[in-house]
Amino acid sequence: MGRVSRAAWIYIAAVVIAAASVVAPRLSGRPMNAGWWMALGVLMLLFLICDSTPTPLAARQSAWSPSSSATLAAVVLLGPVGAALVGAVSVLSLRRKLLLAERVFNAGNFAVSGFAAGETFVALGGRIGLPKPDDFPAIVWPFAAAAAAHVFVNLGLMWGVLQLTRREGPLPRRVQLESSVPLLLASDLGYAALGLVIAALWTVMGPFAAALVLVPLFVARWAMGQFAEQQRAYAATMAALCQAVETKDFYTRGHSERVSRGAGMIAQQIGMRADRAEAIKYAGMLHDVGKLGVPTKVLQKTGPLTEEEFAAIQLHPMRGLEIVREIGFLNEALAGIMHHHEKIDGTGYPMGFAGDEIPEFARIIAVADAFDSMTSTRSYRAARRMSEAIDELRKGAGTQFDPALVEAFIAALHRDGWRLPERAQAPDDRQTVTAQDHDDPTAPLRVIESY
Amino acid sequence: MAMRQADDRLPSWQAMDSGRLLLLAAVGMMVVAAVAHTAAARLTGPQTAIAFGSVIAIGELLRLAQPGGREAAPIATAAALAYALLLRVGELPAGQPIPRVSALQVITVTAVGMTVGALPHIAAGRPAGLTGMATRLVAVACVAFAFRPIAGTDIISGPGHWWIAFMVMTALVIVGWLAEALIGALIRADDLGARFSVALWDEMRTQLPLGAAVGVSAMMITFAAEVMGLAELAVFLGPLLATQVAFRRYSGIQATYLQTVRALARVTEVGGYVESGHSRRVSRLAVAVGRELGLAEPDLLHLEYAALMHDIGQLALPDPIPGGATVLVSKEDQRRIAELGADVISKAGVLDRVAELVRCQSWPSRGDPEPPVGSRIIRAVNAFDDLVGGSTDRDRSAAALERLRLDTAVEYDPGVVEALSEVAGKRLASRLE
Repeated sequence: MGRVSRAAWIYIAAVVIAAASVVAPRLSGRPMNAGWWMALGVLMLLFLICDSTPTPLAARQSAWSPSSSATLAAVVLLGPVGAALVGAVSVLSLRRKLLLAERVFNAGNFAVSGFAAGETFVALGGRIGLPKPDDFPAIVWPFAAAAAAHVFVNLGLMWGVLQLTRREGPLPRRVQLESSVPLLLASDLGYAALGLVIAALWTVMGPFAAALVLVPLFVARWAMGQFAEQQRAYAATMAALCQAVETKDFYTRGHSERVSRGAGMIAQQIGMRADRAEAIKYAGMLHDVGKLGVPTKVLQKTGPLTEEEFAAIQLHPMRGLEIVREIGFLNEALAGIMHHHEKIDGTGYPMGFAGDEIPEFARIIAVADAFDSMTSTRSYRAARRMSEAIDELRKGAGTQFDPALVEAFIAALHRDGWRLPERAQAPDDRQTVTAQDHDDPTAPLRVIESY
Repeated sequence: MAMRQADDRLPSWQAMDSGRLLLLAAVGMMVVAAVAHTAAARLTGPQTAIAFGSVIAIGELLRLAQPGGREAAPIATAAALAYALLLRVGELPAGQPIPRVSALQVITVTAVGMTVGALPHIAAGRPAGLTGMATRLVAVACVAFAFRPIAGTDIISGPGHWWIAFMVMTALVIVGWLAEALIGALIRADDLGARFSVALWDEMRTQLPLGAAVGVSAMMITFAAEVMGLAELAVFLGPLLATQVAFRRYSGIQATYLQTVRALARVTEVGGYVESGHSRRVSRLAVAVGRELGLAEPDLLHLEYAALMHDIGQLALPDPIPGGATVLVSKEDQRRIAELGADVISKAGVLDRVAELVRCQSWPSRGDPEPPVGSRIIRAVNAFDDLVGGSTDRDRSAAALERLRLDTAVEYDPGVVEALSEVAGKRLASRLE
């Protein structure tokens, strides 16, 4: 959430006051015997355990926790007040790195949404207390409505607070949240159903029901955690391997990583779906892998290239494709790697595609690729300033680059900034130096014309 | 993976080895007997049977690929176990006895549900997965035969006795799980040539988290059915699906990871540093040798990664070694390539053990300190492949092995070389057939 503005604090206070004002007056009037309080305690514990160990989703900003099953069990067993109290316990969450504002807001949010779910349940004729066999299947409908109310009130209030806080931080969190909403919604509704199962099991085995439920929940959490860990390991391995490819060429070290970042920025700017934005980062990372198939002596040649040597360079996108073709999930990224040297006017390689024939991924990579090449040092020139490189991109818009993507990249540069590569000093050994950069639009490869 | 490989080579029943055939025959006979018995005795509680059968079919449709080429059907297994453990569905009118569902009916319903769920797989041209289905059915049958006779007794289903029922069910679910792991291990040991004890241990370790979730879910279905009736199955499908999605993503990323390393390991081939196919051959052979030596699955995975990337250090060389055969370059160069490769891999920060294997591959196997077994395997297999290449010539292979044997005083581990000779012999034999 970053630092919290006054508007956000007012919003949070409003949510908390709303929660307190609906719960406080009802705290005394009901038959709240020892059994009620014990059940409340157990469900609070269940909620805390679930809430304290959330699992990061694919987008690292949002986390998933099955705590809603505890709230919805409380809806059936204890009623709206109980559900609100169970939700409010979220303020004690053992999750570290939670700001005070986040804790307070979460507690208020879960209390209000728990209460709303409880009221929905009662309004539609749900009976509060241990469910009996005669209650089924009629109870399923009010319960489903309660689960839906819980999810929507919860996400609605969350959306509100994100609207108020998003302008402050540099991270456009809104984008990430929206991309994972369907996933959150589906898993929330799935685990909300577990609330009814907990309530039914409570009739048979009492509070032990809560303990039993924890086993599958934790196994699911374990699997999600493993997934997130593997995904991180995966990204790190990919980056390390790309770096290995770059060791061959002194001046282009870090190029893949920066092109990946630039392509990701463009994707975000044009509002690309999260999974595609993830894929294009990989495509950017891998776009020059095929350069390894180009003989070193061609890369290091200072004079004009022969037609054959030029052909060898033109082949590198295909070589790259050859290497990464077997990576199953990369489908769209493959097209991006293969066509990243096509030009909008149809004069690029390897296929000579023009305009919309060029896949979107390739057009995006082309912009980021050229920009990084121009802002890096080369053996034949110093790094250009960013403003110069931007001018060059604008100059090439419509002939070499997709104008819309050039503008998107420039907007993203103004928003997020760009970390320039460290100024490269020429190395002592001349073995690892590229003499001509095929990515540099301001210094086209010199080819001997044959007649 | 191995199961599928076997299916690929010979699509007919002839591809099956005797163990698998025995399993299928036994289970087939059991199913035929169960169906005949159920048909004669009529279905007890047809509504319940159909409801559980449907969930089993859905679960079988949504099979889950697990690490190591295993296949599971967690939702189907949970539903089938729950049906085997079922006490009563909803409240019975006073005085009416609990309907006695026989173990044979449980088997019938499970088998029919599984078959229905497998049909779309067959229609889509995917393997039917008969072995997996048979294995799961055995687990369900174990639980059903043990629990159905006692399900109606007062001790189990008397009022307030839920905890006794719970203990008995837990014990039986564990027995069923062990039976499944045992059969799975027998088949894998047979398929892959792994040692049975290692295969069993691997099987139990990989199946533990999912097995626990499935077993507990089954018991929850059973107990919740007492209160919720059949509506519960519909409600329960939500959380089961959510859990399965979590698992699917986990297995998916693992497969992608391996695929990516395999693909990127080929940069050395495209760059002309090593002979085409070298990395992949070395990794396959190294894993086979590791299995022969009784390495467990996590170690085999590290070995596979390390073998795929063992030459990655060559990328730092300005010019490829002629022919790419590291066995022919000087000791210093070998060591340097290994060091550079390990540096590359350890930059990822997550594959430290793999980096260690790559680093130590250049050490003499019988030197001091002794390199880890994975490194010794890569060293020997790499030398073997450098000498033999993709050739299937028996004499060439024998000559290469002879050369390695001569060096077992210092360079190569004699145990590894013998295992390699064993594996290479088997490969040649299977190719000649």
